[in-house]
Amino acid sequence: MNKQSNTYTLVYIIVLVVLVGTALAATSLALKPRQQENIAADKMSQILAAALITPAKGEVVADFNRYITRSFVVDEKGAEVEGVEAFTVDVATQSKLTTSRRELPVYVCTLADGTEKYILPVYGAGLWGPIWGYVAIDSDGSTIYGAYFAHQGETPGLGAEIEKPAFSSQFEGKHLFKNDVFRPIAVVKKGMLPPGDEDYVDGISGGTITSKGVGAMLDNCLTPYKKFLRTLADGETDTNQ
Amino acid sequence: MADKVKPLDALLNPLSRNNPVVVQILGICSVLAVTAKLEPAIVMGISVIAVLALANVIISLIRNTIPTNIRIIVQLVVVAGLVVIVDQVLKAYAYDASKQLSVFIGLIITNCILMGRLEAFAMANKPWPSFLDGIGNGAGYAIILIIVGFFRELLGSGTLLGYQVVPQWCYDHGYVNNGLMILPPMALIVVGCIIWVQRSYNKDLQEP
Repeated sequence: MNKQSNTYTLVYIIVLVVLVGTALAATSLALKPRQQENIAADKMSQILAAALITPAKGEVVADFNRYITRSFVVDEKGAEVEGVEAFTVDVATQSKLTTSRRELPVYVCTLADGTEKYILPVYGAGLWGPIWGYVAIDSDGSTIYGAYFAHQGETPGLGAEIEKPAFSSQFEGKHLFKNDVFRPIAVVKKGMLPPGDEDYVDGISGGTITSKGVGAMLDNCLTPYKKFLRTLADGETDTNQ
Repeated sequence: MADKVKPLDALLNPLSRNNPVVVQILGICSVLAVTAKLEPAIVMGISVIAVLALANVIISLIRNTIPTNIRIIVQLVVVAGLVVIVDQVLKAYAYDASKQLSVFIGLIITNCILMGRLEAFAMANKPWPSFLDGIGNGAGYAIILIIVGFFRELLGSGTLLGYQVVPQWCYDHGYVNNGLMILPPMALIVVGCIIWVQRSYNKDLQEP
């Protein structure tokens, strides 16, 4: 057979591509369920990380189901949206919509001492790619209990430091409502003050654009929750009185 | 056609005297990208060994049937297929590592070492020597990756495999992690140092 003929070449490459394609399709089908479990478990451990819970390896799903007692979706007015599962809401797409059209997931985490923390997802842009995170808020609707940030490809040692507790723990105890005005936390250069009187944390030296991205992300993704958090805060005061 | 190579040489030569990274200066791009930490460097090394060995064997098995004018395409299809499979397996069984390596597993496809070995060795040799050649070259690449990753993580972050090894005592006395080590240029400089050390031991590699 003439191996240099066009027919041979054509048949050869078609057969090869069909074989490789079949192998890839089979691998993908066989591994899909496991991969999706991994992705879901990863998301669960991130949500728990915001409430400062670190599940042991393999315990993620169990811990998530134990601590996250409720989850629901609210709209900009703070009213619950029926028929949407909070866990399946794609925060990336939601964060690009106008505020009034967004579906805003809320995870309620009940800690061992019975206090409830409200975990809200955030999503934004860093220097090289997306950054995202979860912010846990006390039931007063204002005090931040914990925060978790992650990134896809920020510079290691610089922008990537946002995923370290050294950065995220700065948020603990900060207030979203200052003098009754809603102002998400600002991220500013060390030693500087924010433009308004809002609470602020120090950004990362050498990671300015990523730090600013975190600030903008909090602004963009927490502001739509304003009414919801306000209702929480009011509920809290009512029960106290 | 290349000369007949002894199987043992095919396995051992690439580790030092004919190392793909520090002697042939191939695959530098991924050495810069994945060596900021030791763990991704190890996973990347293992992935390259697996892909290279399998691709070498497959190409070697079908080497006599490949039409010459599309041989590079055939090699690429095989390598790309294997890389996607490795990527999927990592996503299923080593999710954390695959998250760290992100696009770089996919970029194994464009790693010059693979094309180089397939074209120069597997196309001309039987499957068994090709398999050893793949393991050898993959390991040669992995060793350099691990050495570079070791120094960059130790000096850049003070940790190894994520565990703190530089004691707090040093930081208290003014020791600071070298942030420059984490940036890509330092990988190039570390590779340069390895090349320097290696050539001063192997005089015959020195160019006049």
